[in-house]
Amino acid sequence: MAAKISQMNINNPENRSALITESDETIVKVEGLKKLFPLTTGMFKRSTSFIHAVDDVDFYIREGESLGLVGESGSGKTTVGKLLVRLLEPTNGHIRMLLDVADQDIARLRGRSLKRFRWHVQMIFQDPYESLNPRRTIFDTVSEPLSVQGIGDIAQREDRVAELLTMVGLAPAETFMFRFPHELSGGQRQRIAIARALIVSPSFVVADEPTSMLDVSIRTGVMNLMRDLADQLGVTYLYITHDLAVARYMTERLAVMYLGKIVEMGETEDVLANPLHPYTRALLSAVPVPDPTLKREPPNIKGSIAKAIDPIPRCRFYDRCPLASRVCEDNDHPPLEEKGPDHWTACYMV
Amino acid sequence: MTDIITKSPALQTTPLATDIPVWRVRLRLLWRGIRTNVALFTENPIGLVGLAIIVVFASLIVIHPILMKSVWDRNVYDPVLGIDLAIPFHPAPPSPEHLLGTDPLGRDVLSQLMHGTRSAFILGSLAAIVNFIVATTIGAIAAYFSGVVDSIFMRIADLVLMMPVITILIVLGSLLNLEMLHLAIVIGILSGLGGTTIIIKSQALTIKVRTYIEAARVAGGNDFHIIFKHIVPNLLPLSFLYMTFTVSAAIAIEAVLSFFGILNIRMSWGVMIHTTQYAGYLLDMSKWWLIFPSSVSISLLTAAFYLVGRALDEIVNPRLRKR
Ligand SMILES: Nc1ncnc2c1ncn2[C@@H]1O[C@H](COP(=O)(O)OP(=O)(O)O)[C@@H](O)[C@H]1O
Ligand code: SF4
Ligand SMILES: [Mg+2]
Repeated sequence: MAAKISQMNINNPENRSALITESDETIVKVEGLKKLFPLTTGMFKRSTSFIHAVDDVDFYIREGESLGLVGESGSGKTTVGKLLVRLLEPTNGHIRMLLDVADQDIARLRGRSLKRFRWHVQMIFQDPYESLNPRRTIFDTVSEPLSVQGIGDIAQREDRVAELLTMVGLAPAETFMFRFPHELSGGQRQRIAIARALIVSPSFVVADEPTSMLDVSIRTGVMNLMRDLADQLGVTYLYITHDLAVARYMTERLAVMYLGKIVEMGETEDVLANPLHPYTRALLSAVPVPDPTLKREPPNIKGSIAKAIDPIPRCRFYDRCPLASRVCEDNDHPPLEEKGPDHWTACYMV
Repeated sequence: MTDIITKSPALQTTPLATDIPVWRVRLRLLWRGIRTNVALFTENPIGLVGLAIIVVFASLIVIHPILMKSVWDRNVYDPVLGIDLAIPFHPAPPSPEHLLGTDPLGRDVLSQLMHGTRSAFILGSLAAIVNFIVATTIGAIAAYFSGVVDSIFMRIADLVLMMPVITILIVLGSLLNLEMLHLAIVIGILSGLGGTTIIIKSQALTIKVRTYIEAARVAGGNDFHIIFKHIVPNLLPLSFLYMTFTVSAAIAIEAVLSFFGILNIRMSWGVMIHTTQYAGYLLDMSKWWLIFPSSVSISLLTAAFYLVGRALDEIVNPRLRKR
């Protein structure tokens, strides 16, 4: 694969250096990441209120592993994903990635280096009916990262697109190349989106609930495909989902988000088997249990997720927490602390 | 690979093989798109009536030079310089030699009408093209960049909308030597900056927020790429629709300005009305052949383009689309 790309990239064969050599290395490191959205009150008024969509978040992802990001809708998962691919610019914080645009803060990339960054980091979006331009053929869509980056000539791009389409299970590729999205099913469209994301052989891919809009019957196929391709191509995923079963199937490590904060993080199996944070426990009790003999406490959270608009300085989960006490109200949101080996949680009572 | 294609019945419908060059495939796709849209268009009688009228007028444009070269003597039938000296008094009523009679200066009205059709089409299409370029580009750019850029263009649009276009053109026409090309550009720009831009922009705003725009950005596309490869192609149907309305407007405006005699155009339907008026026959119904051919043509052709526009609207406009 790497050989294929460097062969295509006639102009800069040295572009894609193999900086990532050791398998246990951290490929993504996020520190104090923050994104505030101003609430616009009027055309000329300066906004005084902000949605704290992502509020001071730290995490890391090791090369080759998948980090799951789970949480209810509105907890800020998509915003984290968009910050990491630089569709959004962080309000604050640092993003480091082990790429050949290294030594630079991804959060501040501009111009040429930002374009170069897009060689290495791609995104798969939630809704395949929205993420493909209806007026462009499958070839145009899948080859877009190559054509905008000026990689290869038309014939080479055609070969490469055919190769990718075959890889994502759309074979024979020639029958798909010059179709339009409306001629394909949801599952096929999402495979197209996967092909577009992988055509530049990225090191890191943000997958934002890639199967949530698909029919249940075809979800497993797409998930298996993503896992196989990750193994085959050495892709690292940030895998966003609200489904803990999916997270368990797809990820090695897991971060649980609530109102812009990561409240628990660790090995997926560890977090799911031994949840520490009250929110994670509540999430787990809401999941249907396949084993009927297994007893679990009933869900014990009240209300539903709100928006983090200028949040009060106390634990974000306070209003819904069954364990809430004075210390949670009197202090700011608890810091993420290591409570077990690589098992982090943000709660005063654990 | 071909084995799989022939074995699977579902895949046989698209016999695309890699040895077909890309441009051929694209041409075929374009043709297929045109065919489905034509099929949709022909379902609508309104559009077909409009199209029929346009085709009839267009055929006049083709026939005129042929007649001038074969049966019509240039000295007699030239729309501007001809004169029939065999007839003692002009304007003469319709006769076998002059099917629509002659004008006060002794020129053949039918020949003028045919020549005027050409002027109307040229003016209309030029204005429509200018309108298309201005409105689509500005609409897409204003929607994409929003903020200050958008505010500036929208204030200009408001200004243009408030301006009395005819009055301004009359002033311009009396100050400058307005020819057809100038008129087409001015009409195209004014209509393009005003109402059309606002409509195109509101459509562009709905496209700008689609996820495929974000996907294009992640792919590495810059602003230019996103505007012209993603936003503009999705605006084209609506832009084409407004082109037809611009054609109608341009023909009507030309008629009004020519009526006042302030354009430097040698022959057009408006000039025909102006000549009638100048000679004092405008309200003289006994000389009906002077005023009716041109005024009926103006009404018919503007209505025809409008009807085609309405029919396109039903295909293009998601709110009116039947399915
Ligand atoms: N572009 C935006 N402008 C304003 N608010 C936004 C924007 N994007 C997201 N938000 C807000 O940020 C919060 C987190 O949203 P999001 O990241 O989409 O959550 P999730 O993906 O977990 O459902 C929500 O309250 C949402 O309303
Ligand atoms: S810190 Fe307190 S309120 Fe927050 S989750 Fe822990 S127990 Fe609940
Ligand atoms: Mg989301």
